[in-house]
Amino acid sequence: MKQPSHPHTEPEAGSQGRRNFLKRLLAGGAAAAAAVAPEVVCARDTLQRPPEALGLLYDATLCVGCQACVAACKQANANPAEFTAVDKLWDTPLDTSGHTFNLIKMYRNGTMENKDAEQNGFAFMKTSCMHCADPSCVSACPVSAMTKNPLTGIVGYDPDICIGCRYCVAACPFGIPKYQYDSPTGQIGKCELCRHRHKDGHYSACAEVCPTGATLFGRSEDLLAEAKRRLALKPGEWTTMPRGRLPAKGETPEQAAQWKGPLNQDYQAQAGAYLQHVYGEKEYGGTQVLKLSAVNFQKVGMPDLPPKSSAATSETIQHTLYGGLIMPVAVLAGLTWVARRNVVAEAGEEQDKQGEA
Amino acid sequence: MAKQDLITLESDDRIGAAADRLSMDRREFLQFCAAMATTLGLPQGADAAVAEAVANKERPSVIWLHFQECTGCTESMLRAEHPTLEKLILDVISLDYHETLFAAAGHQVEEARLAAMKRHKGKYLLVVEGAIPTRDGGVYCKIGGKTAIELLKECAADAAAVIAIGSCASWGGMPSTIPSIPGATESPTGSSGVAQVLGKPVVTIPGCPPNPYNFLSTVVHFLTFGKLPAVDEKGRPKFAYSRLIHENCERRAHFDAGRFAMEFGDDGHRKGYCLYKLGCKGPETYANCSVIMFGDAGAGTWPVACGHPCIGCTEEGVGFAKPIHAMAKMKNIEPSVFLPRIVEEKGIGATLGSAAVLAAVAGAAAGAGAMVAKNLGLSHQAAELERAKQEGKQADETTGA
Amino acid sequence: MSAHHPAVPVGGKLLNTATAVCGVLIMAMLAVLLVRFIFGLGAVTNLNDGYPWGIWVIFDVIIGSAFACGGFSVAMLVYIFNRGEYHPLVRPALLASLFGYTLAGVGVIFDLGRWWNFWHIFWPGYANPNSVMFEVAVCISAYITVMWIEFSPVFLEKWGLTVQKKKLEKVLFFFIALGTLLPMMHQSSLGTMLVVMGPQVNPLWQTPVVPLLYLLSAITVGYGIVLFESCVASAAYRREIEMHLLQPMAKIMLGVLGLFLAVRLGDLVVRGALGHAFAASLEAFFFWLELFCFVLPYLLIGSAAARRNPARLFLAGIALMCGAMLMRVNGFLIGYDTGLGVDHGWHYFPSIAEMLVTIGMFSVEVLAYIIITRRFPVLPREEAAAAH
Repeated sequence: MKQPSHPHTEPEAGSQGRRNFLKRLLAGGAAAAAAVAPEVVCARDTLQRPPEALGLLYDATLCVGCQACVAACKQANANPAEFTAVDKLWDTPLDTSGHTFNLIKMYRNGTMENKDAEQNGFAFMKTSCMHCADPSCVSACPVSAMTKNPLTGIVGYDPDICIGCRYCVAACPFGIPKYQYDSPTGQIGKCELCRHRHKDGHYSACAEVCPTGATLFGRSEDLLAEAKRRLALKPGEWTTMPRGRLPAKGETPEQAAQWKGPLNQDYQAQAGAYLQHVYGEKEYGGTQVLKLSAVNFQKVGMPDLPPKSSAATSETIQHTLYGGLIMPVAVLAGLTWVARRNVVAEAGEEQDKQGEA
Repeated sequence: MAKQDLITLESDDRIGAAADRLSMDRREFLQFCAAMATTLGLPQGADAAVAEAVANKERPSVIWLHFQECTGCTESMLRAEHPTLEKLILDVISLDYHETLFAAAGHQVEEARLAAMKRHKGKYLLVVEGAIPTRDGGVYCKIGGKTAIELLKECAADAAAVIAIGSCASWGGMPSTIPSIPGATESPTGSSGVAQVLGKPVVTIPGCPPNPYNFLSTVVHFLTFGKLPAVDEKGRPKFAYSRLIHENCERRAHFDAGRFAMEFGDDGHRKGYCLYKLGCKGPETYANCSVIMFGDAGAGTWPVACGHPCIGCTEEGVGFAKPIHAMAKMKNIEPSVFLPRIVEEKGIGATLGSAAVLAAVAGAAAGAGAMVAKNLGLSHQAAELERAKQEGKQADETTGA
Repeated sequence: MSAHHPAVPVGGKLLNTATAVCGVLIMAMLAVLLVRFIFGLGAVTNLNDGYPWGIWVIFDVIIGSAFACGGFSVAMLVYIFNRGEYHPLVRPALLASLFGYTLAGVGVIFDLGRWWNFWHIFWPGYANPNSVMFEVAVCISAYITVMWIEFSPVFLEKWGLTVQKKKLEKVLFFFIALGTLLPMMHQSSLGTMLVVMGPQVNPLWQTPVVPLLYLLSAITVGYGIVLFESCVASAAYRREIEMHLLQPMAKIMLGVLGLFLAVRLGDLVVRGALGHAFAASLEAFFFWLELFCFVLPYLLIGSAAARRNPARLFLAGIALMCGAMLMRVNGFLIGYDTGLGVDHGWHYFPSIAEMLVTIGMFSVEVLAYIIITRRFPVLPREEAAAAH
């Protein structure tokens, strides 16, 4: 968009035809500028997990479906129970919502005889924020109410900033940010890995209470290594499973003292018949919450995502078009130049007319 | 009196006599019979049958053998309270041989056993307490010069039924555990359960010790119906061993809410939270301790109530095999009706009202559009006609000219 | 070249059947909004987390602003491509745009869950330049301001403030340029808003060139709207239709439409997404419906003779409006599925209350158009022959 400095810029002398040509060129350029192919100058790569990123590892084969994590999550986040059954006795949300940040859902097939079997079986799946390395919700939020902590990588939400546009709800491929439609001052509700409890030494409540270590808290890198260790085991092989919090590799006692609770809750359990896939390792550039399952991830509600994040695609387009406002300003300059000539001419004509009248 | 209700039995003399024999008043006796019928999971009306059987039938002869054991099962039986079980085992059954309880000793006792076996041939109940050592020809346990194996086979031959009481008799129990010596593959004495030695299934009442009521109910069932109650694949009566302790545990709500004692004496432990993380074997142990409590200690006491995790004593491979602190494997991972599906129908689709409003709006818009288009079309037609006329005129004029 | 008929007020009564009906519908909308602001969005809408954006966003804002592109499209034609002959169309088109956009801006407030924080968009400390929504919100707000400035000569004329009008006219070219740039930016970005939703949007509508598609369709529908409005205004006020302007403009419109269709179909073919159009699905049906609406103008006004018929121009305008509307509804609602084409069990259909608000907003627009055209110099002066 360097049209204004075109060598043929000689406004007074230019013939009508050439002027028109130039103008069209300019305007055409403006239109083209607004639609420039995305993979140029400002291409933004998919972001990766911060090195100290915190997360969870959910192992569906260890999950017993007790929903202790659901109850603990409600308590930790002071959320009310949600009733979907007629008796209104039990907290029975059908999905995560503005008041339910964590939920165990169940895959059901046929006779449901065997756990973790795709045919005639059943399987559990935890539904909560994946804490993407490159979150769509953070990219979408117009006012930075949804932010990703550069250190812990936790995707946090600030209701005092939020305008309630729900673009994050629409953008998230996991359907995680949820809005409280039942309130005139509704907020977005989502898992924030219990970051409000971290200062008291408490890690994510779901991992803290999980009786079988199906939900494990720790650094994403350590969790990924743990997940890969499990995938390397033979199904049914006895192994030591950590529970609660997975200590970071090379963790010092001082670092460990940051967190409450008994350090070593290891126990012996059998490895599941895992699919050879750590969900969240590469999806959308990776997520800080990782999942293992014996049943096809799509069947238990986890979307099939490419390694490139939508946030990267979207921001590449945006920054290509508006990076440093260079292109808009250039187009504006061109448009102003053209409009000035045309409007002035017209104002003159109008004056002539008025004069006649 | 077969088809009578329990309440009408109260005035029956025979019931009165039976109650007297057990040092109970009539009502207590009937309550006991009703409780027994309930423990057995029998249908309504069976309580009367139980009362009738206890009052009238000839007491079954019982021969009680002791092998590799601690006598805990017997001790537990003796400490039962409702009614005092020593009355019961002496008056409901005819205990013809029991090494611990017999005042006599030596040859006298052995003679009594043989006499009872002869007198009640094919009708007596054989109860076995303790494991049977099988290694080295069973030399590790001998009574009256006979090995446990010989004694068991001898007594079992003419028994109407064999009941293995306690975990030791059921599968070998504590004596059958493999010592933590490198290279050890079996227990030092080759301790085995009754069924293994006899080579046929028997009724087992595992537990360390087992609940006396489970034993007594089994006997009463035999007394009432002339056969043993339905059992599972391990020989355990289904009325007592078909449910996991975890299912009816008084601390279950804490498990479901994720409230766990993490260490003995910690805050959660003091508050009575779930003991699963301390190694409670409730989720993998089939027994009715959480319903009728353990033993008959009274006052709602059983290990879990006292703050100690269940050790799984009724479960082969769990009790005495798994360390007490080791995590239980959840056996009841059963699909809960409360868990949402992966896909649940949510939101509000089109209703008749909303669809009608939308249709009305669309219809009105289409109607208005059509009307405007029609008018425009008509005026266009008129204009075209006018133009055609004018053009025609012009043409006429030109041709005319 | 009779390009510059001076604009004059149409005159006439303000209270008639049309304005009375609008008034009633506006009251109904206000009643619904009262409930919405006291009890929350869930009290009146069918919005849910599977469809967080309902007709208030899709129709009132996204489609509303696209339909308000008449001003932008005509102004671009007149001032940028220097086709002064279309000048009489500028003011009425600009008026419709002004209201379309202003109401879109107001409509956003109804839908915002935490509307009292709306100013955060303009607060540098909160702004997120990575967000497409941020760019759209800022651009639309700026454009509404610019449009009021562009349109202000009308009021200055009415109130006889000639000095101020002259001063303004000296710098008006800048606002006209800005008024051309801003819609380009946000009309394209309204499409870019789909990109971050990633694979949740059906490949028929999810493409990296979506900004270009939305921009081209907005320009095209801008001309379509002018056709529509001119015909409706002439029918309602019994005025002569500016056929001499609408005919050539329709031709230009077909040209832009052709460009749009080339990009639209070319993109589908290049990405290999055309197969989705042949699936037995609701999405495919609506894709063909949308495409049909975009192709229909060629069938209606493809020939010069057909373009002479105002009824055909009117219907072509409507077809384009339907096409642009469907394209946006398809992208944001029908082709959108939380959880990537896996059926996640979410349902949405606007509630009656929701529709009442959208209808009410439309009524505000119609009412304001009637009042302004009757009292302010917007529509070109009628030739003596066609006087009322």
